[in-house]
Amino acid sequence: MNAMIDISKLNAWFDDNHVLKDVDISVPANGSFGLVGESGSGKSTVLRTVTGLVDDWEGNILVNNKELTGTRDKAFYRLAQMVFQDPFGSLHPRHTIDRILTEPVNIHGLGNSDARVVEALNQVGLDNSFRFRYPHQLSGGQRQRVAIARALILEPKILLLDEPTSALDVSIQAEVLNLLTRLRHDLGLTYIMVSHDLAVVAHMCDDIAIMNHGRIVERATATQLAEGKLDHPYSQQLYKAAAGYDRAVVDSFVDWD
Amino acid sequence: MSNEPLLSVKNLAITFSTPKGPVNAVRGVSFDLGRERLGIVGESGSGKSQTGRAILGLTAPNGKITADQMQFHDLDLRNLTPRAWRKVRGARISMIMQDPKYSLNPVMTIGDQIIEAYREHHKVNAKEAKRRAIEMLESVKIRDPERVFNAYPHEVSGGMGQRVMIAMMLIPDPEILIADEPTSALDVTVQLQVMAILDDLVRERGMALVFISHDLQLVSSFCDRVLVMYQGLVVEEIRASELDQAKHPYTKGLLNCLPKMDGNHAELPVLTREASWAEA
Ligand SMILES: Nc1ncnc2c1ncn2[C@@H]1O[C@H](COP(=O)(O)OP(=O)(O)O)[C@@H](O)[C@H]1O
Ligand SMILES: Nc1ncnc2c1ncn2[C@@H]1O[C@H](COP(=O)(O)OP(=O)(O)O)[C@@H](O)[C@H]1O
Ligand SMILES: [Mg+2]
Ligand SMILES: [Mg+2]
Repeated sequence: MNAMIDISKLNAWFDDNHVLKDVDISVPANGSFGLVGESGSGKSTVLRTVTGLVDDWEGNILVNNKELTGTRDKAFYRLAQMVFQDPFGSLHPRHTIDRILTEPVNIHGLGNSDARVVEALNQVGLDNSFRFRYPHQLSGGQRQRVAIARALILEPKILLLDEPTSALDVSIQAEVLNLLTRLRHDLGLTYIMVSHDLAVVAHMCDDIAIMNHGRIVERATATQLAEGKLDHPYSQQLYKAAAGYDRAVVDSFVDWD
Repeated sequence: MSNEPLLSVKNLAITFSTPKGPVNAVRGVSFDLGRERLGIVGESGSGKSQTGRAILGLTAPNGKITADQMQFHDLDLRNLTPRAWRKVRGARISMIMQDPKYSLNPVMTIGDQIIEAYREHHKVNAKEAKRRAIEMLESVKIRDPERVFNAYPHEVSGGMGQRVMIAMMLIPDPEILIADEPTSALDVTVQLQVMAILDDLVRERGMALVFISHDLQLVSSFCDRVLVMYQGLVVEEIRASELDQAKHPYTKGLLNCLPKMDGNHAELPVLTREASWAEA
């Protein structure tokens, strides 16, 4: 067992709504796993269950060979951090970037916060002039860099990335995706990345799972995805849709709800 | 598909006065619109929405519009009275926006809203209005029109909500439809289905469509012609089928920085902006 993350038979519920059904995901250390599917298919819930934000779940989640039960302890959050889609919503509007980054350092009693803040900003390509600004004084891409810096400041081994570039312009998306690729290599990070965009996960991930209504309906490597070697009709439909507008293709779509 | 222009815009400029000084949102945009699908593409803040809103007389009060020409048939849109605008806006030129939830009344059923809108334009009794409303829901390919008719806006999905908006917008039979990121919040398959509905309207009713979007790839697979905007300027106008021959470095940069499904994890080319692109 040398998987960094090993999820098996994960099921989750919101009241009577059974939103994850026997989800299995295994990610080797330093691997990058992509979860793709349409909205409501359960992608975020997978990440949120791992980070302890979902109460009602069954199955096994092993992170760094340790089984997760009950609430997550501090050690877990030093190991795994989550980055959300909306960098505005996830950064406190009235706190400076310095305070946003210092807070987790203090909570975890790591000390040396000054040097850590400088280092984390540096890692995401922001210079010191950003330190005492507020989130609203930054562009969308800069805010997402701050959110990534906040995740990195605890020196985690795992980043759980929930649509980290969906709210950004494509030119800024390219910069943030490049940053994430570089960080994974330089820091030996392990990723699970959620996206509704097939091309984004094909570009960022080695292994990809396609979700529909809480189930993984297909798995593919980036190469198989590139070649369109998909078996399940739902994944084929997503693949065709990613190619742009084609009247005949649209007419062939079936509803999956 | 384009022929005689319905709308001719020349040198449109929009400047907002703000406490921090003037914001030149649109700086000399010109285009003719025929019975075609015209795309307007660019990054956020490039002036796409403001261009669309000016055509509908919806510029915010702190904005000042100048243009050498804004001609819609025999109407000069530059100096319409509010009363004259009401005869154009929604009736002859219509707009659909990104989020239908903001445009629909949350406490009224979808059916009642369609009927109300229909009876503003047509003198019919309640029974006939309902029949027409159901027909309209069918025309936007809603399979279960009775259910949607009786539903409240929050009870339908985003894609369904957007179809309802299109159905309502069609009531007065407009000649021009301005669609401002109408599908950006939708899943890609639903997005394409909504686009197919718009596509049919252009073909079957001879309507002109202005499709505003940040997604150059998508727009050029759909439209006949694309205007690429950068900082309030149209930096390139290109036939959608000739996108691969784009000349402006901004247009090329936007295409190159997209992740491709080629299994290649190499660095993505990033856009290096040149000051000269923003020079009028
Ligand atoms: N906090 C919540 N309370 C109730 N239902 C939720 C909650 N979060 C998600 N859901 C439901 O769970 C399902 C999966 O949602 P989600 O994991 O957010 O999907 P995705 O990220 O793929 O769009 C959806 O039906 C959604 O409505
Ligand atoms: N009422 C306003 N006052 C000041 N600036 C505005 C106003 N409305 C829009 N703007 C500015 O105009 C520019 C173009 O906006 P917009 O057309 O909405 O861009 P896009 O639709 O391409 O994202 C932006 O810089 C925006 O901030
Ligand atoms: Mg999600
Ligand atoms: Mg806009």
